[in-house]
Amino acid sequence: MIGIEHYVIVSAILFVLGVLGIFLNRKNVIILLMAIELILLSVNLNLVAFSVFLHDLVGQIFAMFVLTVAAGEAAIGLAILVIYFRGRGTIAVDDVNRMKG
Amino acid sequence: MIQAIAFYLFATLTIFSGAVTILARNPVHSVLWLILAFFNAAGLMILIGAEFIAMLLVIVYVGAVAVLFLFVVMMLDIDFSQLRAGFIKNFPLGLALAFVLLAELLMGVGAYKAGGLALGTANAATAPIAGLSNTAAIGALLYSRYLFLFETAGIILLVAMIGAIVLTHRQRGDVRGQNVSRQNARRPEEATINLQPEVGKGVTL
Repeated sequence: MIGIEHYVIVSAILFVLGVLGIFLNRKNVIILLMAIELILLSVNLNLVAFSVFLHDLVGQIFAMFVLTVAAGEAAIGLAILVIYFRGRGTIAVDDVNRMKG
Repeated sequence: MIQAIAFYLFATLTIFSGAVTILARNPVHSVLWLILAFFNAAGLMILIGAEFIAMLLVIVYVGAVAVLFLFVVMMLDIDFSQLRAGFIKNFPLGLALAFVLLAELLMGVGAYKAGGLALGTANAATAPIAGLSNTAAIGALLYSRYLFLFETAGIILLVAMIGAIVLTHRQRGDVRGQNVSRQNARRPEEATINLQPEVGKGVTL
């Protein structure tokens, strides 16, 4: 029978894949954003699994809010990416030093 | 039994497509594998009866976010092979960190399975209402107890939308637009002249 630990393991592996994606594609912002989406997906899976197995709907409602924030983050991130590309002609993250931070 | 088969199918496909997403050479392939990962995660959620979030995942991610990614990847003219330069160099460190993180997470699951941990207690006020479908139960909770948070989520989406438009909008100087007031102010008398030229003679304008 499928229990909560199965779901937690799947979501843990997805989370680790997202972190690994951030490490591997350090230059490509588009894949970085996709790796962040993978991490948020694993968080959502976790929230939903706990919500169902504990018989408490709050987890699913908060998964919805995570979804909202993820959509907003993707829209803003890609907009910044587009204007950055317009100004510089590249999206390599290591070259982002205009603010001398 | 059929539930276990479906779970392992969806779980394997989710993890596999997640792995290909971060390893693919072509970012367009990455986006397509990401869509597959979202579909299978939605399947995993349907399997335990959370159909509202599953459908939301398909609509929001596959319908909006993934298409946004596809558009951006296809619009920007980028040499992607050059961006993969640090891939091999970062591989050992990334893999080591990923293994440490995964080991820690699995240790937590192991502690739970060994009986050392108890899951939290559910709030009885937010338990699913018997007889209502998942969507109806979520709606009942969302429009009463979490109404303020729900409207805040709407504001966040509005701000994100306005922000994205303001960021990417630009006034271009090299295009000729329509000047409506000038167009309306123009009268036939000043725009046309009526001539009756003689046969064989041209017209000077």
